[in-house]
Amino acid sequence: MALRRFDIEAGGDAFAFKAETEPTIDFWLGKYPAARKQSAVIPLLWLAQKDNDGWLSEPAMREVADRLEMPYIRVYEVATFYTMFRLKPVGKHHIQLCGTTPCMLRGANDLKQVCESKIGKKFAVTDDGKLSWEEVECLGACANAPMVQINDDYFEDLTVDGLGEIIEKLRNGADVTAGPQVDRINSAPEGGTDVLTEAGLFDGSRNGAVTTLPNLPEPEPAPEPEPEAKALPEEPAPTNTAREETTEEEVVAVAGERPEAAEVAEAERDNLKEIKGVGPVNEGQLNELGIYTFAQIAAWTPANVDWVEDFLSFPGRIAREDWIGQAKVLAAGGETEFSKRVEAGEVDSSKDEGE
Amino acid sequence: MLQDKDRIFTNLYGRHDPGLEGAKARGAWHLTREMLAQGPDWICDQIKASGLRGRGGAGFPTGLKWTFMPKEVGERPHYLVVNADESEPGTCKDREILRHDPHLLIEGCMVASRAMRAHKCYVYLRGEYIAERHALEKAVKEAYEAKLIGENNVNGWDFDLYVHHGAGAYICGEETALLESLEGKKGQPRLKPPFPANAGLYGCPTTVNNVESIAVAPTILRRGAEWFAGFGAPNNTGTKLFCISGHVNKPCNVEEEMSLTFRELIDTHCGGIRGGWDNLKAVIPGGSSVRMVPAEQIIDAKMDFDTLRDLGSGLGTAAVIVMDKSTDLIKAIARLSYFYKHESCGQCTPCREGTGWMWRVMERMATGEAEHKEIDMLLEVTKQIEGHTICALGDAAAWPIQGLIKHFRHEIEARIDEYRAPRALVQGHVVAAE
Repeated sequence: MALRRFDIEAGGDAFAFKAETEPTIDFWLGKYPAARKQSAVIPLLWLAQKDNDGWLSEPAMREVADRLEMPYIRVYEVATFYTMFRLKPVGKHHIQLCGTTPCMLRGANDLKQVCESKIGKKFAVTDDGKLSWEEVECLGACANAPMVQINDDYFEDLTVDGLGEIIEKLRNGADVTAGPQVDRINSAPEGGTDVLTEAGLFDGSRNGAVTTLPNLPEPEPAPEPEPEAKALPEEPAPTNTAREETTEEEVVAVAGERPEAAEVAEAERDNLKEIKGVGPVNEGQLNELGIYTFAQIAAWTPANVDWVEDFLSFPGRIAREDWIGQAKVLAAGGETEFSKRVEAGEVDSSKDEGE
Repeated sequence: MLQDKDRIFTNLYGRHDPGLEGAKARGAWHLTREMLAQGPDWICDQIKASGLRGRGGAGFPTGLKWTFMPKEVGERPHYLVVNADESEPGTCKDREILRHDPHLLIEGCMVASRAMRAHKCYVYLRGEYIAERHALEKAVKEAYEAKLIGENNVNGWDFDLYVHHGAGAYICGEETALLESLEGKKGQPRLKPPFPANAGLYGCPTTVNNVESIAVAPTILRRGAEWFAGFGAPNNTGTKLFCISGHVNKPCNVEEEMSLTFRELIDTHCGGIRGGWDNLKAVIPGGSSVRMVPAEQIIDAKMDFDTLRDLGSGLGTAAVIVMDKSTDLIKAIARLSYFYKHESCGQCTPCREGTGWMWRVMERMATGEAEHKEIDMLLEVTKQIEGHTICALGDAAAWPIQGLIKHFRHEIEARIDEYRAPRALVQGHVVAAE
């Protein structure tokens, strides 16, 4: 951890926020519940530091503590814990040089020497009061390394000469331009990129094509037609007798696609009741659809599942009980917990009648 | 390569208007009301189905995390807190969202808040991101003025968003330290349980999410979970912002499909490795807290959570730090050890004392002023720190060193031999670095 102490003498005895800062203070206080004013301590200390020539004096900490009704020690703790609070005077332009590995790999150590030769030791303020510097930890602009932050602004993609020039300009009161110092736009690759160049992304045309959200649940009273048209069953009327009374509307409402029927010799039929969720009645109905083996069930498409669920009046159940997953295991010759129990005769509902 | 039409952050480089009009033209705030109207279960189900895993480093499924919030709002209000304290070395992706696509984030905050039945959201930016904070504040103001957020807004879910900032403490990227900091205290992580979903900000149910995880949510809902899930390998789905730094010809941020290979990523967007592929030495693929991977293992590896985990590393924040053969790896890792020493909050002894100890030993190893047996001692100490602290900073400090010793032990040994060769009288001594 960083050991940081403040000099209780250096700041004099008094601090007052500038009048123009007051609205900003109110702005910050307005963000937190009334009983939680303490939340504003970091923003207020930051404002105090701004109003105190870039460093935080002890009277400034007390002023913040008084406003937030906090014990002084709690504010001291915060001020010494967070490294952006500077506990002694700094130059008018305070340079924070990122020295962490991503910047180091791209030459931050050379930049440190520039600062040392042009300004002096870390935290030393030049005689004219204009410049000081420190090394800080990762500033989060690693794709633009090496970089420094000078007061509020990031200066990125620096070279030894470039930083030297910036320092000289600041010393002479000339204007400097923040941002990348080479030919690139922000964090785009140097020299340009063909990424994000398609004009259609930016002219608003994308929204026009999308009028409803995908994957909406089925509307219950159906105020509007379904966004996704569902295919009608290929063979509208199922053949089993139990279903022959089905009315026309219900048949039309059947969604999905009927799985293919197969002719399977008696001896090669599987005991579908080994699938958890399939009892004698379901097995009978499946057999009438021409479904006799695990392999057939394992091969069902989502549309088949929709159709069969509708047919068996079991909405959602096939997916929930993972019939297909079970069938895959069983078709491959494996067994499931449930199938073992069925074979051991422990599952009543899976026994054939009369057994 | 990911096609432009499938990119979520279409203003990543800030070439277009970050304001409300520009954002709307790029697709933000479209059908938001309809999303919110579907309610929490639908939103969480869609995010779950998209396979989105948290983009802050740990890769926890985002939709699942949202469901941990209480199903009923009791006396205590629910909070969403967005972690924009981006300080993992190598990571600079959230910065681009904050300053160039802030409306995607604001919209995402609203959707996520609906999913967790929260009406208030705090976005915690790192203190150094001053320009980014102003950009976000401006966007928030626009959203309030357009009645997109606030009370009785056009989207039909009362929602307030507040921007907060820290003041330069890496540890505040840890979710409970962030909450402490947001409550106006030192950023020292809390013991868990209770987890924030039960007792977070001000003791109320809270979920903390990374900026990128939140900002992709509205686009996932708009374009469909299966669209997002269509990118990347199973369990590693979606698009991802990669931050490539270090020894590539053109470092940059870019949004790419998950699970593309390292070689594709670098060749397509960064103009290759400095000095060619033969010059690559090692890569830290997920921000400084993951173990490095040597060149031969990373070149054709898929950049996703599972592949990199199997390589003993991690995707982390997808901050790819590339090191070529000119790199002094021991110094590079020693610098990271200094970082962790500097950023340890001081709460747990193994980390507070251990990070400093490891750094001092690493500095000696960088000059070669060490003993061979100290390598094993250092490794042992990293194992003692790892897992014995309240938060993961101890682990994060240990892993880079473990990665170095695992793959480049011979370099440390050679350095020690080189230091000793001209010094016949150097007595072997173990310095308990102080």
